[in-house]
Amino acid sequence: MQALYAQLLVGLINGSFYALLSLGLAVIFGMLNIINFAHGALYMMGAFCAYFLLNLGGINYWLALLLAPIIVGAFGMVLERTMLQWLAGLDHLYGLLLTFGLALIIQGVFQNFFGSSGLPYAIPEQLRGGMNLGFMFLPIYRGWVVIFSLVICLATWFLIERTRLGAYLRAATENPTLVRAFGINVPRMITLTYGLGVGLAALAGVLSAPINQVRPLMGENIIIVVFAVVVIGGMGSIMGSIITGFALGVIEGLTKYFYPEASNTVVFVLMVLVLLVKPTGLTGRAA
Amino acid sequence: MPEVMTAKTPGQAPGQAAATNTILDVKNLESWYGESHILHGMNFNVNAGEVVTLLGRNGAGKTTTLKSIMGIIGKRTGSVAFNGRELIRMTSDKIARLGIALCPEERGIFASLDVRENLLLPPVVRPGGLSLEQIFELFPNLKERLRSQGTKLSGGEQQMLAIARILRTGASFLMLDEPTEGLAPVIIQQIGHTIARLKKEGFTILLVEQNFRFASTVADRYYVVEHGKVIDGFANADLSANMDKLHTYLGV
Repeated sequence: MQALYAQLLVGLINGSFYALLSLGLAVIFGMLNIINFAHGALYMMGAFCAYFLLNLGGINYWLALLLAPIIVGAFGMVLERTMLQWLAGLDHLYGLLLTFGLALIIQGVFQNFFGSSGLPYAIPEQLRGGMNLGFMFLPIYRGWVVIFSLVICLATWFLIERTRLGAYLRAATENPTLVRAFGINVPRMITLTYGLGVGLAALAGVLSAPINQVRPLMGENIIIVVFAVVVIGGMGSIMGSIITGFALGVIEGLTKYFYPEASNTVVFVLMVLVLLVKPTGLTGRAA
Repeated sequence: MPEVMTAKTPGQAPGQAAATNTILDVKNLESWYGESHILHGMNFNVNAGEVVTLLGRNGAGKTTTLKSIMGIIGKRTGSVAFNGRELIRMTSDKIARLGIALCPEERGIFASLDVRENLLLPPVVRPGGLSLEQIFELFPNLKERLRSQGTKLSGGEQQMLAIARILRTGASFLMLDEPTEGLAPVIIQQIGHTIARLKKEGFTILLVEQNFRFASTVADRYYVVEHGKVIDGFANADLSANMDKLHTYLGV
């Protein structure tokens, strides 16, 4: 039983990362119509940013949680202004190719300087140790990651679905020309939206640094699964990508307990099934 | 003349002395959709406080004219002067900030926004817009449906919402693209009353209509558009004298 709970927890943690990353992808896809293949590389940059802040600037985890998404988000906005904005109106394929190329370049640069091995990032003092919940032992940092991710996901959902700024965003996703003709600076909004999606990826990177270490290729592995999550959940929905992210993490964890041989493929098997039954994804709208 | 809620053209009695004050001056306007050349030198003007109607057959370039003024057509040349400012090179968000608002033909109600969000979407660009109370007084139906999804409204209600949301912004120059298209007579009448009321309050309105019987109830002047050019123009008083010509132009 202990092992089952442990795998459930691992599933929830992976689910947190899936949710944060697929949420960012959904936000970016909605507004820019770009499938952001650079997402994994930007997630990795978030972790490296926390590492540099700590080791070069002496800036601790808590501040990194705030600063890394801002710094990497700003880097994302530069990418959008200088490259992605020119793809507006073109086929998805161009955005996919460009961001895929960017991912290779970014990962290549980091690999060149840091190799492929992991750099350590210590769990912050306040979150060390664990708690005995009676039925299982919960490392505090892991519990923190799950809860904090959930809060960030719900806050993002609230921002988009319940605020005036979110209404601009939803409207511009539907009809950017008309929203601009109402006097809203839509190009600036698109840049900020890309920054928001990238910032979420960087935040996931900081959260993962103490668990998975900081590695140049850390984004390459996770992003493949995250794309499967996005396909299953459907690109169009904010809440859909959050729920699908957590749910698939848990399903993966359960598979590790009940049938470990399939744990690496279960997400892709589900993806195939969903594609056969509902090609737009579980919560997706038809394109 | 009944009392005026908000005077949009300070120092002028709406609808009378305003007639000599040109607010929009379009000269030799040409525009393109990609490779196809749609407008071939439009020339017309609109005076403050007027309701001016563009008439013409389908595909004559009326909608394109409104879109070109609004700055949402990629390539355009010639001159569009609004209160003396040249708009031809401006982006649409800047043009909107000068106080020009468009109610598009397809209405442009957002499905992912509820009625309230749709109504509050266009930002206030200058003072003097209608308050929410005044809007609900004009369109009581909307108040009942604030929580509904925008596109769940009936066609008539969507049209009212599309007009209502641009009255809040303080824009004093409204462009309405076929506001009566596909609507029941009783709703057309309500929209007619609304336009008359807006005119009384000092709004300047550029209207595109196929239905000139409707237009004749609200318009001060007409321009006839054919093949991307203005080919004729006359005042409402001369409408009956021009009826035969008009039938030929419009093919009705």
